[in-house]
Amino acid sequence: MIKSALMALLLAGASIVGQAAERGADPLDSPRWSDMRKEMFPAAAKVVFDERVKVTAPLTAENAMNVPVSVDAGALQGVREVLVFADFNPIVRIVRFEPKGAQPSLGFRIKLQQSTPVRAAVRTSDGSWHVGGTWVNTAGGGCTLPSTGSASPEWQKRLGEVSSRVWARKEGGERIRLRIIHPIDTGLAAGIPAFFLQDLDLTDDKGKALMHIEGFEPIAENPVFTVDVPVARASAGYRVSGRDNNGNAISAVIDK
Amino acid sequence: MNALPRSARALIALFALGWTLLLAAADRDYGLSPVRIADDTWALVGRSEDFSVANGGNIVNTAFIVTRDGVVVIDSGPSRVYGEQLKRAIARVTDKPVSLVVNTHHHPDHFLGNQAFAPETLAALPATIKGIHSEGGSFNENMYRLAGDWMAGTEPVAPTRQLAAGPLVMGDHRLELIALDGHTEADLVILDRSTGVLFAGDLVFNGRTPTTPHADLSHWQAALDRLEKTPFTILVPGHGPVAADAGPIRQTRAWLTWLDRHLRQAAEDGLDMTEVLALPLPAEFRGLAVVNAEYRRSVGQLYPAYEQRALSGERRKP
Repeated sequence: MIKSALMALLLAGASIVGQAAERGADPLDSPRWSDMRKEMFPAAAKVVFDERVKVTAPLTAENAMNVPVSVDAGALQGVREVLVFADFNPIVRIVRFEPKGAQPSLGFRIKLQQSTPVRAAVRTSDGSWHVGGTWVNTAGGGCTLPSTGSASPEWQKRLGEVSSRVWARKEGGERIRLRIIHPIDTGLAAGIPAFFLQDLDLTDDKGKALMHIEGFEPIAENPVFTVDVPVARASAGYRVSGRDNNGNAISAVIDK
Repeated sequence: MNALPRSARALIALFALGWTLLLAAADRDYGLSPVRIADDTWALVGRSEDFSVANGGNIVNTAFIVTRDGVVVIDSGPSRVYGEQLKRAIARVTDKPVSLVVNTHHHPDHFLGNQAFAPETLAALPATIKGIHSEGGSFNENMYRLAGDWMAGTEPVAPTRQLAAGPLVMGDHRLELIALDGHTEADLVILDRSTGVLFAGDLVFNGRTPTTPHADLSHWQAALDRLEKTPFTILVPGHGPVAADAGPIRQTRAWLTWLDRHLRQAAEDGLDMTEVLALPLPAEFRGLAVVNAEYRRSVGQLYPAYEQRALSGERRKP
């Protein structure tokens, strides 16, 4: 009798959990999700978890100063903007980008302070947000360490220097990879103010927009970005321009 | 108690804390059992794993040679407790004192047992000593995180005696110190000419994937070329079983050669780091211990340099 009552209780419990999952419980089961929901999106916004938003990062990251992440929202139509954030990072926002002609995907590297979900929220033309993500386990500490650059005068001479290359892709279209010399300090290491890339605009050789990237403090030092351009927007050359939070300009021609 | 000044009470508290930490480690037993591999020569072979609380950091090989003038120890292990248990294991084999403890390079599993030995017996290449001074503290902290209680009471101790390449006679054993680099900035190899045993340190891994946090792959490959030309009877790698042939040297080189070509090709193909991590490993390496974890770490450690070369147009011929 007692056993069956217990069983009934257990079953009831299981069905409540099941219902929560159907209503859209966080697939990454993060205790910070409800805060993220409130902080990142307007209350009235439609926010759904969507497996079509692919976030690729190593499950275990030994070097918390340089964790590789790729976001791909190519399975969704009408992508307007993508916001990448990490629930447990002291600075949650990592990067925001608007694919204005480039593929809705971006490769980059980040600093993490501890193990955390890394998520991408994709706003599509109907105004709804599609959220995908993955857990990254790390010993952390990446956000409160000074950059290597901050200890060396070398970067000052090369600040904002861009190296880049363009590849033809087997899938069609082109790939642009670029690296920018910048120490990127989070402001969380004692005595070193925040110093990071704020805006980057990637255009074709006529100046027509391909992608706008808004950076935040947790992007890794000397950031490397991977951007794919569809066949229709492939160009004889590309340009990148932007600035950091101290107003230093970045400007370079990306030759083929 | 109130009669004691505050400073004395603080000292007592500190002392008590120290003992508590040591006692926590005291019940940890690495079960070290030296295996005789040649005349006067014993090896202690660690597990082919990653550092963990389960193995207490005992993933490394240490060894010792009992000479007429005392014992030569090659690497002191990953913790104070390991060093102490190594010393007791030596005492079970011989009543000769330890006269020389060599750290082959500055990685934590090769020197954090130094505390157990008399400071004047500790010795290493100059760059290894420098590396222990500059990175020993952070290695030690990291080992506490990875191996937990086993590390209790462990502090980095850098050798003061500097070694140089060349012959070194220890009692009835004629040792040859070979100073190489590539796994780290300074990798000391010891050839015992009296027995033909080659202690290769971490320049050679056997059945376990090599680690690359401070690696220079081309220097490492050159060091392996040199080792393969060195005549020996028994090979003690830094990690993995003792061998009687150059198989582990070739295996280590095969991995490094592949890794170098693979990362260069990936960078030349414009792959993002996450794409490189997702590439399949060749069948010949899938049997190596911890191959997936070491591949992931090596990509993180080494790929940015390959990427930078590919982006800046400093392209090397394949």
